[in-house]
Amino acid sequence: MTGLKVINPGMYTLIQDSGRQGFHNIGITTGGPFDSYSFGWANKLCNNLESAACLEILVGGLVLKSTIATQIAITGADVTIKINNQSVDGWCTHNISAGDQISIGYATAGCRSYLAVAGGIQCPLIFGSASTVKREKLGGLHKNGQALAQGDLLPCNASQENTTRTVAERYRPQFDNDIAEIRVILGYQHNQFEPDQLNHFFDNDYTISQQSDRMGYRLEGSAIEFSHNNMISEGICLGAIQITTDGQPIILLCDRQTIGGYPKLGSVFSPDIAKLAQLMPGRKIRFKTIDLKQAQNLLQQSAQSII
Amino acid sequence: MSSELPKITVAGENSVIVYFSERPCTRTSSLIASTAEQLDIALASKIIDLVPSYTSLLVVYDVTKIDYLTIEKAIYAVVSTSSDKPLTIGKSIELPVYYSLETGPDLQRLADHTKLSIDDVISIHQQTEYTVYAMGFAPGFAYLGETDEKIAMPRLATPRAEVPKGAIGIADRQTAIYPAESPGGWNLIGQCPTAMFKPNQKPSTLVEVGDKVRFKAISRDEFIQLGGIANSAVGKA
Repeated sequence: MTGLKVINPGMYTLIQDSGRQGFHNIGITTGGPFDSYSFGWANKLCNNLESAACLEILVGGLVLKSTIATQIAITGADVTIKINNQSVDGWCTHNISAGDQISIGYATAGCRSYLAVAGGIQCPLIFGSASTVKREKLGGLHKNGQALAQGDLLPCNASQENTTRTVAERYRPQFDNDIAEIRVILGYQHNQFEPDQLNHFFDNDYTISQQSDRMGYRLEGSAIEFSHNNMISEGICLGAIQITTDGQPIILLCDRQTIGGYPKLGSVFSPDIAKLAQLMPGRKIRFKTIDLKQAQNLLQQSAQSII
Repeated sequence: MSSELPKITVAGENSVIVYFSERPCTRTSSLIASTAEQLDIALASKIIDLVPSYTSLLVVYDVTKIDYLTIEKAIYAVVSTSSDKPLTIGKSIELPVYYSLETGPDLQRLADHTKLSIDDVISIHQQTEYTVYAMGFAPGFAYLGETDEKIAMPRLATPRAEVPKGAIGIADRQTAIYPAESPGGWNLIGQCPTAMFKPNQKPSTLVEVGDKVRFKAISRDEFIQLGGIANSAVGKA
């Protein structure tokens, strides 16, 4: 078998494609790329299908050795990238020869990088997807939800393609230390919150807690005083914001449970989930509303502009 | 909540949730299952996911193909016709359970809590035909309701780090089978040797929302013959 040999898996590296759809009814979550924007660009740079399997690299430390001639691209967080000890740029395509070693350093801004390879990682699919979901023990190289390990061989086909591409500066995310603004579509039980409780939510800053991962981001801030009635469990969509009994919000993300019983006041607009993916615990966020119609118009426009 | 049901509410940028009733019941459950099936037919390529639960159905749609106002209309059209149809959706299955102190480390506590004998708890658990109200928590985890209130008991204050595959639990008036080893806070009363989730088979789950489930007690020998593993990690707190 040919492909990319894992010399060092780094801190936590997962295989992700566009995720598992259509299985929520039997309790299977979507998984998929946390920062779908950077993931999408990585695949485009390699002229791949937008759903092709890539690596999602948390922080960094990944070292790979290629057994084939191919192309790769790395997007997402600011990291140093080396090919055979030569520093190269992110957000563009690189031609790789058999025997080349690719190293990803530790992120200096943002925290998730995406590595795409021409043709995508040829991973076995389970429920139609290669996406790794640790909690469900599904996906990844061995279909059991495990992260990359030293010695793994990521199956890839050789590619003769050598046209390189670069993402224009204006399309690359800018990482700064400001409070991140996260747009929310009001929904679910938002009518059960009093106006001052909703104002409280939108007027205060929240800190991303240490207990945050691909399943959900727990936030810490001024508690929303809300009396919880016994709620009946219901389906949870991507980005749903639930308010726990202690009044703190949790944003439910790619690996979320499919149903749950906490009241929710709406859901994060998906382009801002990509933004959240690049924020480490300790960073501050602030919510603002976005109208549903405007959100859908923006999504339709971006779908048309990305070919 | 408004008394006008079903009611459609926005959930997110590409999701709406349809509420069918205030309280779960078998009729609502069948209605949700049949609505999901009809939406799947009527809007197939425009729907990404459907999540049925006790009283609601979450519909995740593709905003590049259909917008909120159009999907709302389409869902109302399906809902208004499905409520008139006879509800014959759902199969009935019987699952074997080895009820014992060995496989049910909370049987004694549940008997004490409910002021029943262990034998009564076991017998009452088998007397109800349960409905699959929802699936979630883990792949293939089916929420079955409702148990006789005589054997209802709240969840453990501290969930176990490890509940073995096949464990049967009770939480309030719900009961369920753990489809795989996982953490869990339900009161364990026995173990079922039948696999609830086989990721490499089709269908991969034994039941779906709207199905009916009955339990039947089996002996330790039968449990082992059916592939059950006794003396497993049950009871590890």
